[in-house]
Amino acid sequence: MSAPHTGQFCALLLRRQLLLAMRRPIEMGNPLLFFTMVIVLFPLGLGPAPDKLAIFAPGVLWITALLSNLLTSDAVFRSDFDDGSLEQLVLAPQPLFLSALAYILAHWLTTGLLLALVSPIFALMLNLPVSALGTLIVSLLLGTAVLSLLGGIGAALTVGLKRGGVLISLLILPLYLPVLIFGTAAVQAAVTGTPSGPYLAILGAMLSLAIALAPLAIAAGLRISIDA
Amino acid sequence: MSSSAAGAPLLAAQSLSLVRGGRELFCELSVEVHGGQLWQIEGSNGAGKTSLMRILCGLSRYGFEGEVLRSVTPLYLGHQPAVKALLSPRENLQWHVSGEGLYSNEQIDTALARVGLCGYEDVPSHTLSAGQHRRVNLARLFLSEARLWLLDEPFTAIDKQGVDETQALLASHVDGGGAVVMTSHQPLQVTCNVHTLNLVHGVVS
Repeated sequence: MSAPHTGQFCALLLRRQLLLAMRRPIEMGNPLLFFTMVIVLFPLGLGPAPDKLAIFAPGVLWITALLSNLLTSDAVFRSDFDDGSLEQLVLAPQPLFLSALAYILAHWLTTGLLLALVSPIFALMLNLPVSALGTLIVSLLLGTAVLSLLGGIGAALTVGLKRGGVLISLLILPLYLPVLIFGTAAVQAAVTGTPSGPYLAILGAMLSLAIALAPLAIAAGLRISIDA
Repeated sequence: MSSSAAGAPLLAAQSLSLVRGGRELFCELSVEVHGGQLWQIEGSNGAGKTSLMRILCGLSRYGFEGEVLRSVTPLYLGHQPAVKALLSPRENLQWHVSGEGLYSNEQIDTALARVGLCGYEDVPSHTLSAGQHRRVNLARLFLSEARLWLLDEPFTAIDKQGVDETQALLASHVDGGGAVVMTSHQPLQVTCNVHTLNLVHGVVS
């Protein structure tokens, strides 16, 4: 009955977070519904001409993915803070940054991954060329993982505040910009037929950097929020 | 301070001072907690009991003066029960975020039975009452192997019989060489010796 070692504990947290998400399917569906609604707004606002939509499609898809990620990142640690679980997590003997990574991985699996998988449907609605779909999925897979990690930093810093929603947007939207720029550029390159590999490589590099550094920032943020 | 306790203290606080909102809650507070001791922290509402507990367990790391030394990993139960409404009591204990131990189903069943939740192991926790949530949390005391327990108001929302049983558990933990530091407004009725720390008057035996 010894304490679970770090790997075991992270697997246990991941399983717990995924089960919690499964028991609240509506919260998992909400970002997807939001994504759908905003995508539907664009043809109404910009006009339904297929050529025009195809030009804007990469940017529209990426901005919407970013916003729907922003919508959910506030909730990563919220319920655990409210019911006292976060205090227990902070006091756990296992390293907090790895526990935080498990939380972020669960968040990405239930938001970014799903979004990337359903994005082709919406891409076709916006008349994005079929040849760019592969790049869109890969760029969203890499990019939303970065967004989840960055969002986790904002969530950790604002979890102690009653209304952290607006503040978290102001905190992390500037950090989202590089992801948006290279994510959109990758899809646009695929549309025009130029190589999208370099952009995807940069997104991959951002992800590596975020995986290495964001958990440390999240752990520090959680300790500060619990202390306050 | 008890002179009978031998060896290094499980928890030692050295000259703790805390000011909150311009008011000095405690000043130069020193206490050593050894195995076999039960400490009750007393004080009126707002006297700083919870603040002291959070400092002792390590949740508060800044904003106070002094030093806290812990030679063992304590088990801390705070005001919030840390029970997830969407998980059953069994899942709550099995996958507890405190990372304390991996427990078998039998161990969890036994612990839940001890806190009077036999038959509630696999129902969603949101169907349980507030007191039952607290009991799920108290079940951790039956599972834990931690020597030092830091309990912040453990009897809140617990019925009279539950309080008696919990007090008996605390006494047996102390008899077994463990240590308990707790806050409570109720006078303890335990068989072991109770050390009292009154935040208004300073340390009294």
